[in-house]
Amino acid sequence: MGVLGAIGRQAYTAAGWLTQPLLPDDLLGTLNPMWSASEPHARVVGLRRETADTTTLLLKPGRARTRHVPGQFVGVGVRLDGVWHWRTYSATSRPADDLLAVTVTAIPGGAVSGELAHRTPVGTVLRLGPPAGEFVLPQPVPEKLLFVTAGSGITPVMGMLRELAATRPDALDGAVLVHCDRTPRDVVFGLELRALAASTGLRLVERHTALEGRLSPDALGDCVPDWAARQAWICGPAGMLDDLTAHWERSGDPDALHVERFVPPAFAGDSAGGTVSFTTSGIAAEAGPGTPLMVAGEAAGAVLPNGCRMGICHTCVGRLRSGAVRDLNTGELYDTPGDTVRTCVSGAAGDVEIEL
Amino acid sequence: MTIAIDRPTTRVNSVKKAEPVVVENPLPSRIAGTVPTMAPSAAAHLTPEQLDALAAELDAIRDEVLGGLGESDARYIHNVIKLQRSLEIAGRGALIFSLNPAAWVAGTAALSVAKILDNMEIGHNVLHGQWDWMKDPKIHSTTWEWDHASTSKAWQKSHNYEHHTFTNVRGKDRDLGYAVMRVTPEQPWKPIDLIQPLTNFGLSLVFEWGIAIYDIELEKVQEGTKPWSQAKQELKALWRKTRRQLAKDYVLFPLLSGPGFVQTAAANLTANTVRNIWSHAVIFCGHFPDGTETFEESRLENETQGEWYVRQMLGSANLTGSPTFHLMTGNLSHQIEHHLFPDVPSNHYAKIAPRVREICDRYGLPYTAGPLPKQYFKVLRKIFRYAFPGGAPKTA
Repeated sequence: MGVLGAIGRQAYTAAGWLTQPLLPDDLLGTLNPMWSASEPHARVVGLRRETADTTTLLLKPGRARTRHVPGQFVGVGVRLDGVWHWRTYSATSRPADDLLAVTVTAIPGGAVSGELAHRTPVGTVLRLGPPAGEFVLPQPVPEKLLFVTAGSGITPVMGMLRELAATRPDALDGAVLVHCDRTPRDVVFGLELRALAASTGLRLVERHTALEGRLSPDALGDCVPDWAARQAWICGPAGMLDDLTAHWERSGDPDALHVERFVPPAFAGDSAGGTVSFTTSGIAAEAGPGTPLMVAGEAAGAVLPNGCRMGICHTCVGRLRSGAVRDLNTGELYDTPGDTVRTCVSGAAGDVEIEL
Repeated sequence: MTIAIDRPTTRVNSVKKAEPVVVENPLPSRIAGTVPTMAPSAAAHLTPEQLDALAAELDAIRDEVLGGLGESDARYIHNVIKLQRSLEIAGRGALIFSLNPAAWVAGTAALSVAKILDNMEIGHNVLHGQWDWMKDPKIHSTTWEWDHASTSKAWQKSHNYEHHTFTNVRGKDRDLGYAVMRVTPEQPWKPIDLIQPLTNFGLSLVFEWGIAIYDIELEKVQEGTKPWSQAKQELKALWRKTRRQLAKDYVLFPLLSGPGFVQTAAANLTANTVRNIWSHAVIFCGHFPDGTETFEESRLENETQGEWYVRQMLGSANLTGSPTFHLMTGNLSHQIEHHLFPDVPSNHYAKIAPRVREICDRYGLPYTAGPLPKQYFKVLRKIFRYAFPGGAPKTA
């Protein structure tokens, strides 16, 4: 393979001289998006309706797929009315599976999650980002496992449970999963979890919050008395995670707690202003309400690309690393990392990092 | 809102001739505007209130188009890119058999069209950021590179910024004569201008190289306003790109043709030249035909949005023709609409053109448009006329 790989790379470089200024990969991607290695795509080949608002998409990736580690998420890009939107979803399949499964819960009012959960037919071509995330099990797998999840927080844990069930079922014997959802009908993977508990010795504690209320640290202590002796992986709504994190810090070992948060980037909500950090130059500046990022940066001594200073020439664009900006002309908010920002007509909506 | 320049508020015929404005100018004399405007502007009759109303109407058109962008637009640019790439593959494929005359003609034609589409409807417009709204990193102003001698970055600076911001402002818009020609009577005459009809013809044959060199602003280096070290860096970047371009068209693909090496190299040279002549003609017809105005630098001070729009409209001229013609010009045939809204996707220019024209009619502004041969003739007439000293503009 080494020799063949080297020949392949040489051939690719040679082909690059013929296709430049494009890459051979650009031409392959034009002919069929699934052939692109630099912009990986995947085709939806199957759908599993898990609950009324949750669907698992079975994806067949095109070329070049990086296998995930159970618990990690992948970026999923979907073209809605001409515009690419990216969201991250936990991989719920096993790394060795042919198909990559992501499980999507439609958020009320969420255009992208609603589209993916309800209106994405088999055959749809999506874009795929590389797997990422630190919410994974260490090797070797610890003896006493505890998982606490709520709602769609089960998805990264499901990836772990399936992998363990297939490769290390003994690790599940004595493990505890406390899972909360409104009613039994809302529990994603309910049947599979119950079957898993019966076959491996996993202790499943289902808590139905419509009847029993939100899981408090005390309630957790009641159903898992030895919680403090366990390595714990928790994922769910921010309120529950905050409560449990405080509990572990107060009465447990914070190092034994592993938390996954599904939170959108925090932003002030208006072009309220904030601190803009230019990551390449390392300069940070205060951008007041309605002040373009460029003006704020220049006042702090940053040398930024600039041109028309009126939003038409796109000379000044930089990528958004974190935070949110508001287009000062249209009022539109940009808060997806990787969005390109015209610094001359964008104001800070809270603290923001720009790759310039 | 303060307006620094004298703005007459009455009809054109009662306008006093403006006092000469001497502008301290860092640019070389060739493109510096040291002679005052000779003719009153066709927009001289508009009041500040009318200019504000005009700006609001044009802003509304822009907002409407940008607000309605969607899947059909995305499909449009994807289809044009697919068409361009297919034509290029087909053309270069046919030219492997360039010893066959039919293959040579078909291959050269396909490649010429591919190069024109790459530069005009795709490259120029993508580099303007017209398709950035799709958030597709593969079709984005920050990542795009085109089949052209000039690098995308150099082009974006000289074209998107300097030309589109300072359109037709003498001393600021270097596209007025491209630093080698005299295209308005206000530009001072030099003896070298006598050969400018020849210069123009030569430039049209090698237009992509003219632009690539022009982007380096060697005349500024000569005048001492741009450090040679910077120009050298830019020349190196240019060479890094162009050597690959040259190798591709004149060595590698000819080698693939085996015994047809010379025929394929000749075909590629032909395709490049066809693209050069075509883009030169379209671009020169955008700003130089009769009816287009040039402006003094002092106008830029405190220029309002309405005045900016008016300058874009008066400085540009459209070409009339079929939808295919518009596609082949990269919709620069809608130069007026393009200059009003340079980052609005080009497939919308034809749709908004009647509305822009109606606004021009209503505000008493000229809307210059004509077929390519007629407009190109006017450009040539101008180039011949201004080869000689003087040349006051014709008044109606």
